[in-house]
Amino acid sequence: MPKDDGIGASTKRREDTRFLTGNGKYTDDINLRGQAYVHFLRSDVAHGRITSIDSTAAEAMDGVLKVFTAADFEAAGGLPCGWQVTDRHGQPMQEPKHPILAEGKVRHVGDPIAAVVAETYEQARDAAEAIEVDIEELEAVVDMVEALEEGATKVHDDLSSNLCYDWGFVEENKDAVNEAFDKAAHVVSLELTNNRLVANPMEPRVAVGDYDPWGDSHTLYTTSQNPHVIRLLMGAFVLNIPEHKLRVVAPDVGGGFGSKIYHYAEEAFCTYAAKVLKRPVKWTSSRAEAFISDAHGRDHKTKIDLALDADHNFMAIRTETYANMGAYLSTFAPSIPTWLHGTLMAGNYRTPLIYVNVKAVFTNTVPVDAYRGAGRPEATFQLERLIDKAARELGVDPIALRRQNFIKADQFPYQTPVAVVYDTGNYDATMDKMLDLADYANFDKRVEESKARGKLRGFGIAHYIEACGIAPSNLVGQLGARAGLYESASVRVNATGSISVYTGSHSHGQGHETTFAQVVAEMIGVDANSIEIHHGDTSNTPMGMGTYGSRSLAVGGSAIVKATNKVIDKAKKIAAHLLEAAPEDIELKDGKFSVAGTDKSVDWSGVTLAAYVPHNYPLEDLEPGLEETAFYDPSNFTFPSGAYGCEIELDPETGKIDVLRFIAADDFGNIVNPMIVEGQVHGGLAQGIGQALLENCVYDDQGQLLSGSYMDYAMPRADDVRGFVVDHSCVTPCTHNPLGVKGCGEAGAIGSPPAVVNAAIDALHRAGHTHVTHIDMPLTPARVWAAMQA
Amino acid sequence: MHNFEFVKPSTVADAVQALAAEEAQPLSGGQTLIPSMKARLNAPEVLVSLMGIAEMQGIRHEGDMLEVGAATTHARVATEAAAAFPGLAGLAAQIGDPAVRNRGTLGGSLANNDPSACYPAAALGTGAVIVTNAREIAADDFFLGMFTTALDEDEIITSVRFPIPQKSAYGKFLQPASRFALTGVFVAKYADGVRVAVTGASENGVFRWSEAEAALASDFSAEALSGLSCPADDMIADLHGSAAYRAHLVAVMTRRAVVAAS
Ligand SMILES: Cc1cc2nc3c(=O)[nH]c(=O)nc-3n(C[C@H](O)[C@H](O)[C@H](O)COP(=O)(O)OP(=O)(O)OC[C@H]3O[C@@H](n4cnc5c(N)ncnc54)[C@H](O)[C@@H]3O)c2cc1C
Repeated sequence: MPKDDGIGASTKRREDTRFLTGNGKYTDDINLRGQAYVHFLRSDVAHGRITSIDSTAAEAMDGVLKVFTAADFEAAGGLPCGWQVTDRHGQPMQEPKHPILAEGKVRHVGDPIAAVVAETYEQARDAAEAIEVDIEELEAVVDMVEALEEGATKVHDDLSSNLCYDWGFVEENKDAVNEAFDKAAHVVSLELTNNRLVANPMEPRVAVGDYDPWGDSHTLYTTSQNPHVIRLLMGAFVLNIPEHKLRVVAPDVGGGFGSKIYHYAEEAFCTYAAKVLKRPVKWTSSRAEAFISDAHGRDHKTKIDLALDADHNFMAIRTETYANMGAYLSTFAPSIPTWLHGTLMAGNYRTPLIYVNVKAVFTNTVPVDAYRGAGRPEATFQLERLIDKAARELGVDPIALRRQNFIKADQFPYQTPVAVVYDTGNYDATMDKMLDLADYANFDKRVEESKARGKLRGFGIAHYIEACGIAPSNLVGQLGARAGLYESASVRVNATGSISVYTGSHSHGQGHETTFAQVVAEMIGVDANSIEIHHGDTSNTPMGMGTYGSRSLAVGGSAIVKATNKVIDKAKKIAAHLLEAAPEDIELKDGKFSVAGTDKSVDWSGVTLAAYVPHNYPLEDLEPGLEETAFYDPSNFTFPSGAYGCEIELDPETGKIDVLRFIAADDFGNIVNPMIVEGQVHGGLAQGIGQALLENCVYDDQGQLLSGSYMDYAMPRADDVRGFVVDHSCVTPCTHNPLGVKGCGEAGAIGSPPAVVNAAIDALHRAGHTHVTHIDMPLTPARVWAAMQA
Repeated sequence: MHNFEFVKPSTVADAVQALAAEEAQPLSGGQTLIPSMKARLNAPEVLVSLMGIAEMQGIRHEGDMLEVGAATTHARVATEAAAAFPGLAGLAAQIGDPAVRNRGTLGGSLANNDPSACYPAAALGTGAVIVTNAREIAADDFFLGMFTTALDEDEIITSVRFPIPQKSAYGKFLQPASRFALTGVFVAKYADGVRVAVTGASENGVFRWSEAEAALASDFSAEALSGLSCPADDMIADLHGSAAYRAHLVAVMTRRAVVAAS
């Protein structure tokens, strides 16, 4: 039995009291004295040359303080890209400038052209309508394949083409992969689309810039998953503000799913405008604006081939992917279809040869970057769909085909042909667990039961692997990252024994305030309520990289463990002094230090008080105080994995799919808070099922966004996502971090889309619609029905 | 949203007078008008709320007629019409979500005549009478295509008289994002015939499917519809479904409505 607030306990999330009673403090709740408001005039055409901007009338309107255009930002840099990908020929990717406000050209619907700052938001909006902009419209580049054709219109005139990079991985394996295909007994191929998604966090983005002329210092309040990263990128590359004059604060953040990792133009704008106007400047995105200014996710087009030998062993995988970058490179965009995607193409399988080709393409659409899972859902979807198709074509059981090719529990650590080394896993165990929880043995009976009601039942399987807990800094540096990916923590023990923890991770819904406190409470043996977790303010947390890539517990939690261990080491020395014993003989248990083998002891608070009131204290050997900082750089990714089973019912008359049950058997290593993990999986599943059945970001051939509101962009609702059975009892602890934990935040969104689609194809095949081999996501009723008619 | 004046009269006569002002527009539940004002697609100078007018509220049951005040919310219809006219109550209960049903009104829905709205199917499917401050308009003459009705400038709907059918039901297939009707069919059986009205499907807004009406008049059963298909020519095609899909759904939802009504 875990302690009720230690590791392993489903402690209730302490932050929820604040959130659920409407007392969270979000960026939009920050209103500074004298604050002005900005409204961005955004392009309503996808591609065009700006021939003139006349803001005279707007400037003269009530309440208007200033209208900004690109001319005001001549001294500023463009928004930087944090990752440089090197192409198949050893050349760096093409990297266009991403200005704060459009310079000469607009490149997507939503591209900001001008910004009006006024006394009120409505005045700013009114004035924006009075700005006269002449745009000579150009042909919009929307389709990725056409964008790369000879003579295609260019999104960026100063680049040689719309190709950002043509990446091959592992390039040296290319010929060997092709040879394997020549020798293969079976080749199975699939062409598929990974649909473009809009992250849609509940809280839209907000930025408030503030400037203190007396100290020449800036503060930016922003909806960010990583305030330190924003401070570094914006300060060093865009506005030329040194770190000691720039504070970035991300208070409570209402969801991000990746979209709040990046440094956005609006943040730099508000920071800069506050200095120009000597007044705080605030921007709050509307939902409509979010659709055309938040980075989108996914948007891949792929052809994948699998070579099998006569015994159905996987021999080789070959893929060709077009990945949409949108109009500009968002902060981590280039890394998503490459290092977060190609490295996952081995999946859970012993495929000796893999070649992944990715062409990243500029188009006149909103920039695309990481969205929950980021590259790994794309890899998993291809593999797990293709394996299902292979099983069908070969006439074998899809479970058996997977098991036959699984990396087996005794083969870890396992070096894949795509660079990564999986430390642990047991894929047969998660598969067994899932099939058991799914009552798969009785599935055929349920098929009959549905049939009696005129419905088609299907069961879909996917087994995923994920590389998360990013990442070893030296490795990602070799791969082109322009940042490190360690995490930091400071553990400040106060005089009376309470503890303030400052973490570089940032919670935007993950419950860090609860989980991280559980870790420290367990280690020291004190009540979790005596521990407070602080994050989100660069002025009091050590330089940290933030939260994404399912890294917070694995990397940020490890930093906390490291710092707490340093605290404990020092506290033991103090205790040794107080108890007149040797530090090696001091034991810490349940918040009490004792001398091994004696009844001599001192409480935690006795030691902490001595640290700050050092009257009886070894001042010659030890500094007073009890506060330690640690940085943790992981030596590898963590590799959570799991078996997902989706049971659906399909209405053959309308094509509508209902998810009846979704079973997720995950191996996340050790678990700190099972309830929070379950919640993370639920959220991931909702988004994965959303991608598979509902969500679709669609542009027309003029580059107009057709799904720019909830009238047309279908978010999953509560009744779309039910019947979840979540299990994490299969545990192979991570071997290289102190808690033995793996990431759990993205798994649900990574593993679920192929399970849903496989279930739909299964239902159709069982009912004789064997001509349907694939349907592109989202599997809307209209698409399913159309596929059945074809 | 641009600034506007707000008035809340308590009689139809006062409302009509207030609407005579320049750029005045009636406001009922605001579930359509307010979002369009927020998006700056609509900017009336005066909003004349119809929600304070007692004579436009509530449901009156007289013989085989159910009269619903135009400012009655969907939520009220869903509960208060359930005994007298379950088909209508069932339709109202399927509109939007609880927040929308607690504000949105019958009159607002009919006046707006969104091609994917539910109520137009009930009005046309029952041959209802749309009562305005000036006249009575038969449903067959009221709906003039997407977002267009027979209402004159400043004319307001005050109530709607629904002839209560012997059997009726609404079959709604949800547009996955908005959950308006991708295709919705209201079927009503009367002593002297059957009416079938289709919403969500046609470029021309709500329409009657006369072939189905004829088939059901002689045999009110799903089987009577077998082999009948609705032409796809004028159907809406968008990211949620092709014209052919919508035409197909018309037949499916009609059959389902008949089964539900029987
Ligand atoms: C999230 C959401 C989901 C929805 N889902 C559905 C759905 O599934 N099915 C569906 O049918 N509808 C749906 N609606 C629409 C809603 O049900 C209302 O019926 C609709 O918004 C109009 O009614 P209202 O009372 O809100 O009208 P308002 O928004 O107040 O007015 C609409 C228009 O009608 C005019 N008007 C209002 N009352 C009168 C009157 N008495 N006489 C003359 N003109 C008048 C106004 O001037 C305005 O032009 C949805 C709305 C939302 C916001």
